[in-house]
Parts: sequence; C-alpha cells; structure tokens
Amino acid sequence: MTILIQGGKLVDPSQGLNKKTDLLIEKGKVAGLGKITPEKGWKVVDARGWIVAPGFIDMHVHLREPGREDKETVATGTRAAVAGGFTGVACMPNTDPINDCEAITRFIREKARESNLAHVYPIGAITKGEDGAELAEIGEMVKAGAVALSDDGRPVQNNQIMRRALEYSKIFDIAILDHCEDVNLAARGSMNESAVSTELGLRGINGAAEEMQVARDVVLGRLTHARVHICHLSTRESLDWVRMGKKQGIRITCEVTPHHFTLSDEAIRSYDTNFKVNPPLRSKSDVEALLEGLADGTVDTIATDHAPHTSLDKDVTFEEAACGVVGMETAVPLVWEFLVLKGVISESRAVELLSVNPSRILRIDRGTLQQGAIADVTLIDPKRRIKIDAKQFASKGRNCPYQDWELRGVPMMTIVGGRIVYERPA
Amino acid sequence: MPLSGKHLLGISGLPVSDIRLILNTARSFREISSRPIKKVPTLRGRTIINLFFEPSTRTRSSFEIAAKRLSADSLNFSVSTSSVSKGETLIDTGLNLLSMNPDVIVIRHSEAGAPHLLARHLKGCSIVNAGDGMHEHPTQALLDALTIEDKKERFEGLKIAIVGDIAHSRVARSNALLLTKMGSDVWICGPPTLIPIAFDQYNVHVTYQMQEALEGADVIMMLRTQRERQREVFYPSIKEYFALYGLDRRKLTWAKKDAIVMHPGPINRGVEIDPEVADGLESVILEQVTNGVAVRMAVLYLILGASEEGSK
Repeated sequence: MTILIQGGKLVDPSQGLNKKTDLLIEKGKVAGLGKITPEKGWKVVDARGWIVAPGFIDMHVHLREPGREDKETVATGTRAAVAGGFTGVACMPNTDPINDCEAITRFIREKARESNLAHVYPIGAITKGEDGAELAEIGEMVKAGAVALSDDGRPVQNNQIMRRALEYSKIFDIAILDHCEDVNLAARGSMNESAVSTELGLRGINGAAEEMQVARDVVLGRLTHARVHICHLSTRESLDWVRMGKKQGIRITCEVTPHHFTLSDEAIRSYDTNFKVNPPLRSKSDVEALLEGLADGTVDTIATDHAPHTSLDKDVTFEEAACGVVGMETAVPLVWEFLVLKGVISESRAVELLSVNPSRILRIDRGTLQQGAIADVTLIDPKRRIKIDAKQFASKGRNCPYQDWELRGVPMMTIVGGRIVYERPA
Repeated sequence: MPLSGKHLLGISGLPVSDIRLILNTARSFREISSRPIKKVPTLRGRTIINLFFEPSTRTRSSFEIAAKRLSADSLNFSVSTSSVSKGETLIDTGLNLLSMNPDVIVIRHSEAGAPHLLARHLKGCSIVNAGDGMHEHPTQALLDALTIEDKKERFEGLKIAIVGDIAHSRVARSNALLLTKMGSDVWICGPPTLIPIAFDQYNVHVTYQMQEALEGADVIMMLRTQRERQREVFYPSIKEYFALYGLDRRKLTWAKKDAIVMHPGPINRGVEIDPEVADGLESVILEQVTNGVAVRMAVLYLILGASEEGSK
C-alpha cells in the first residue's frame, strides 16, 4: 500500500529536518519527502498538527517470553510497543530459559515474526545463564539476530570477566548494555538509601552501588576500546562518570528511563510497590541531574526498562515485591509532558533520544526517514491529552506508577515497514 | 474523645494531642492492673486479633493482657515462616481474619509497611502496628514516654540518649519521633555502621562517642544488639562493642546522678548492658513492661472509641 502522510511536521535529526513536510511511503520504504500531491488509491493520513518522526526504538524491555508468559508475551509486548509509539524494541535476555544461546534468540525472533507488529531485537546474555562466570556463545547469538549483550538484572560482578566480555564483543562490534550494580553494596536493599529509606525503615541501596560499576566500565572501556552502554542510569555521580568517559574518548553511552526522570524516592512514602524499581527511584537532586544530562547531550537514549509483573508479584509488602514498572505505553507522553513541553529538550532532541541514538547503539538500520529508508514511522499529537489508565494497556502488566496522571503528547499512529500497525481511535 | 485516626500505624503523623490522650488514658487504666480483680467491662464483646508474623512473646502477651483486662475477646494468630511459605499472602491472611469480623487487628511483621498494606486492603477494621521491620513500634515509644514522664514529670528540655543498633531499630525511630515532638533533646549514639543515613532528619543529635551522648543525660535508652550483626561486619566483636557502647557503671557516671536507664527488652546482659546496671536502682526496665500493658489498654480503648465515632 502507498501511504501519504500529509501536513505533519517532520522531525528527523538524522537529516537535520524539522519542518512541515509530506512523507510518502511505498513498498515499505520512504519514497518521497516534500510537498506531495496525493494520487488515486493512496492512503492519505491527515497529520496536520502532528509530529512525524523516524520510528522510536525502546532499547530496554522485558518481554518475558519464553518462561513467564503470565507476565507478558512477545505478542502482548509488541502490541504495547506499537500502542506506545515504538516501532522496535530490544528485549533483555533474562527470560526462562535465559537467552544465552542461538536457539532462544531464534525462538524470540520467530515469535516476533508471528506477532508481526513491532520489530524485536533480541539482546543476548553476556555469560551463560547470566551467572557471571563463563561467556555465552556470543557469536552464535549474533548470527541468530542478537544486536547487543547484557546480563541485565544479574550484572557481572567479576571485573576480569567483564574485561574479557568487552574484549570479545569487539569481534562483532556490538555494545554491552550494563546494568550497573555492585550487589554487595546494594546489600539486598529495596529502595534508594536516603532520608526516606531511613524514615520508612526500608533497607537502602546507595547510589554508590551503581556508581562503582559505572566507574569500572569507564576504566574497562578505556582498557578495551569496546563499546559499553550504561543501562537505566539513575544518579548524578554516574552521569559525571559517563561525562568524563566521553570527554576522554571512551566509547561509552547511556540511557535513562522515564520513571527515573519523573519520579523520586519521595513517592515511596505510601509503600506503594508500583514505585519499586531497580535501580531504585533516587533523590530529587539525582532527578535534576538526569534532566541536565538529557538536555546537555550526556544521555544518549531514553529506554523504558518495561518490566511487566502480575499482581502476585506486587500485592505484597514492599521488600517482598518484585522490581519494575511497565513503561512502553507511558514513555512518549512522559517525554513530551516532562521534557519537550517543559522546554528541557527540543522535539529534535527527543527524536534523537528515542530513535536516532538507540538505532546507532544497536547498529540497526533505523532512526531515519531519508529517501529509501525502511518506513518505520511514529506519529505524535503533541497537544493531545490522555489520562493514564493501566487497565487499558495492551501490555499484560498493570504495574504502572502513573495511574490517573494526565499527560500531553500522544502517539497517534505507528507504522512498521510501511504498514500501519497501530492507530489511536479519534 | 477518640483518637484522630482509625489506625495506629506509627508515631509519624500522630498529633501531640493524641499522644497526650493516650498517656493520660493509660494512667487512668494503670490502676486496674493493681486491683485484686483486674478486669473492667469496657470492651466487652469486642474482638481483637493479635496477628504476629515474628516471634514476640512479650509484646504479644502485653497486648493480650491489655485486651483481657478490658474484657475484649482476644485471639492470637501466630504465623510461622513455614505457613507463609505455603503461599498465603499477607493480604489473604488479613482478608480471612477480616471475615471473622474483628474490631482490631494488632500486627507485628518483619517487614516495614506491612501494617500499612493491611490498612489499605482491610476496610472496616482498625490496625495497630506492634512493630513493622525497621520502621516503627509506636506502642513501645508510648510506653517509654509514659515511663519517662512518670519519673521526670516532663519531656521538655530532657536530654535523652538512645544508644546502640539504631539502623535496625524501630524502637529508636518511634522514640526519636515521639520524644522530639514532646520537646526533648534526643541524642542518638552508636557505631557509624549502625546509624542509618540522614538520621538527623528527626531533629536529633548524632554522635559516635558514648560519653558525648551520656554527659548530663536524664534518660539513657539502651537498644538490643543482635549478635548476628557481627557477621554482617557492623562491628568486629561483642567484646569491642561492649567496650565502646555497652552501658556499665563507669559510663553511667557520665550521666546525671538521677538518670534513669531504659531498655525495650529482651536485654542481652553483657552485650549492651552490664548486669549490674540492668538490675541497678537506675533501671526502670520492669516498669516499662508494666506500663506497656496500660498503654496498650489505652490504645485499644481509644482506637475502638474512634472507629465507633467513625461508623456513626
């Protein structure tokens, strides 16, 4: 089908575009930009007042399949993705079994093909079973479609193994996405160590638990010249380490989640387990630092760490509760309401964070709407307002900390490979 | 006059007027416990469930006696860790008990916020926190306050030293909250490894030197030190801990002559307190236990008064 997106504002930092431009999609690719007159038989999308951007990539999600299909499947997860404006997602390997071999990587890709909604880019485990001991068969996974490596949730503690993994990753020029957490320093904590954790009597996780490994990765990044990407960076000091690393030419990048730039540990006062995440929600000062990092370019991407859980995992005491929030269906409105509309970042920078940069880090041919590019497109109405209702999510997860929040900036239509896979009802 | 809230979840959020009301009511109830027939019909027909997820003979017995002296029917529901591992969630346990129409559930749990979770999910029943993890233990702080006021006839201007494992202590938190609300000068003392971050948010002084905490103190409150903390690298040995932070005769001389020594119990003789001090004239440890019953009688009585008002 030929689709003409007419009258929208094309925001595509990959080619320095930020102006009213029609976009023509033909045979799954971008076939034209500029003032285009519709022809008979074309599907015309009236995008006046909307932003038209290269498809957003959420480079940090948990699709739970295989193993925890009660929490999410590739099908429900990718439905949530396209409803949230994401044309592609990179899924973490901590499934059951863990994605540490070619067969699981293939299985996930196969499920994604069946679902046929958003692209799914599997992330392979760094070590077998995410045990932090032996390297997984990285080459086999890459061959099967893995785009990056991570032991998310069970970070590699042994620095020598991390060094070897970084060195080995250079064969394939893929990034290691590091969930930075020194588990001894984290000491079984369940929230940020702060005045609030003291007040609530909850064991704290000091920011140092994260910063220690971010610093390690800067050091090892310098040693190995490999590509290291810091997942869900959450503290001021972690950001300082990344800033320093970048200044020294180390190939280090980082992501920030919407929950870490919109919420602080103060939210936990009610013991509401929907605010329990790892890394934990940090102090207000850390939130301010993340906003600065998003504005000044230190932060490379926004990723959700979408982590669906059942009520069984969340309707328990705070310390017992599972970590994580669902994020794909709230991310774009949170970015617009808290960053773009508040003037923290420009629309172009938002698209860079959500599309251009994640594509570059994952080395995938996305993040652009240049002539001939694959037509993955995200359309947003920046003025439209929604009231968040977790019960309406396409995701199976209801663990959302934003219930009843009113936000502006709503994904209206999602196009994957030239096919409209999601259209928000008017 | 009832309490301002339906539940007693902590000292945080409890207005001074409620604290005064509980202390005064406790004083009037205390006399009942010294009668030959220690029972009044005040709460006849009321049902109180003691839901204890942590072994605690003393606190549970204290609540049980308090309920019985007011003629309430009390039931002890002790959940061992093994039955929790059978899979029943806290909410399910609570809902099951709620179906038996209790008026009050007194809960002790090893995790902070457990009483708050019950209070959110159980409508129509009051929740009393009998200790939640490292968070709060409001009736302990109230009975400590009753004991202090008995002895010192005031709170304002008193120097009160709370010494020991502050980090893991709900008693320290509730007492710091209550005593500063009442105008006392609270000093927190222990090894830095056992003092949680930003504890000065309670408007207390924090010191690692026992002498500084005890000098001129009117009240010394010693906290229980758990032996297993040694393995968690909080301090090198019991011997060294006692040398630095154990209360003995010599250290006691730093305090005022008429200082009182308190301890929430159970005491570890020779770990945080010298037996000579625990049994000394300064010690009010057993009076604390007696006051515990009176305070819990007052809390149950006032809570039920409050929920009755609420249901009208």
